[in-house]
Amino acid sequence: MRNGLQAGTVTLKGADGAEIEAYAAYPVDGDSPTTQAGKHGGVVVIHHMPGYDEASKEIVRKFASWGWSAICPNLHFRDAPGADSDDAAAASRAAGGVPDDRLIGDVAAAATYLREQSDSNGKVATIGFCSGGRQSVLAGTAVPLEAVVDCYGAFVLSRPAPESGMSVTSLEDRLPNLAAPVLGLFGAEDQYPAPEEVARLDAMLTELGKEHEFHTFEDAGHAFFAVDRPAYRQPAAAEGWRLVREFLGRHLGGDA
Amino acid sequence: MCTYVTEQAPARGSGKGAAGWFPLTGLAVYFDHPVHAEDGHTLNIDFANPTRGASSRVAVELSAATAVDLVQAIAKVFAQVPADLTGVDPEQAARLLEAARALVPEPVS
Repeated sequence: MRNGLQAGTVTLKGADGAEIEAYAAYPVDGDSPTTQAGKHGGVVVIHHMPGYDEASKEIVRKFASWGWSAICPNLHFRDAPGADSDDAAAASRAAGGVPDDRLIGDVAAAATYLREQSDSNGKVATIGFCSGGRQSVLAGTAVPLEAVVDCYGAFVLSRPAPESGMSVTSLEDRLPNLAAPVLGLFGAEDQYPAPEEVARLDAMLTELGKEHEFHTFEDAGHAFFAVDRPAYRQPAAAEGWRLVREFLGRHLGGDA
Repeated sequence: MCTYVTEQAPARGSGKGAAGWFPLTGLAVYFDHPVHAEDGHTLNIDFANPTRGASSRVAVELSAATAVDLVQAIAKVFAQVPADLTGVDPEQAARLLEAARALVPEPVS
């Protein structure tokens, strides 16, 4: 068999040393599109607010099929260990959402896990969708990474109304610490983030001298990658995945 | 979008979940992505008892129009039931119903 992959649930020591579950996938043959004598980079997939679900795991497998190792930590695990992903997402929301410091610790643990694999080339990127898009940028300000992908993350430069009770803050003060190139993919019809917020983030990263490229797709709104939701937009998703693959190939090594 | 908009309240009553009936301790109302419903965003309500585990939850994901129908139906019931059974003044409930009838969501793509 060529282009095989292995996938399953693993345990990570996340933020504050607590054990959390994660879903990981690896290319298992020596014939993956990445090179360096079989060594390859890795991708931390940050799931959306509806949880650590089947769609998120499918994205992990997609990266392994492209020749990179990938892992998605269950950010809601502490809120509801062993629960269904939708119940855990509800419990996390009721608790105010995922705290930023905990997110950073969990992503750092996932990145370390990838780098400790015997076939790692030491390079790791993050990609996040929806709330995970913001968290991907957040991780890039605090975790050593080679690349960051933000797919329509809202509240990077704003924050939800305080009465929402959610522990989500603007990342504006953290952006000077961003140490990895950023690929941002957005929908022109999205309101969170609205095109104005995307443009402001674009200008701010330029002013800070941060390497980044943003793409905004017409006829697409939020969650255009989500094949199991009505927001799916095939042209934006197809081009978006091509851009992700090209961007990660550039920064993780290999020509996947 | 993830709106993050969430309202929470204590709850007294019971819900029937996957493992049968359980006492409720709280509820959460939010307008955000559904897990199962076909709309991009829905009005979601969780009736829950976290002390019995995250699966002790009765969840609904309603279209905005259905959520408005629910508000009207509740107001209509309170407008008809004597106050000595509910503690709710039926005349106030009738005013709530009148206000709720003005809520007519436009179709959203």
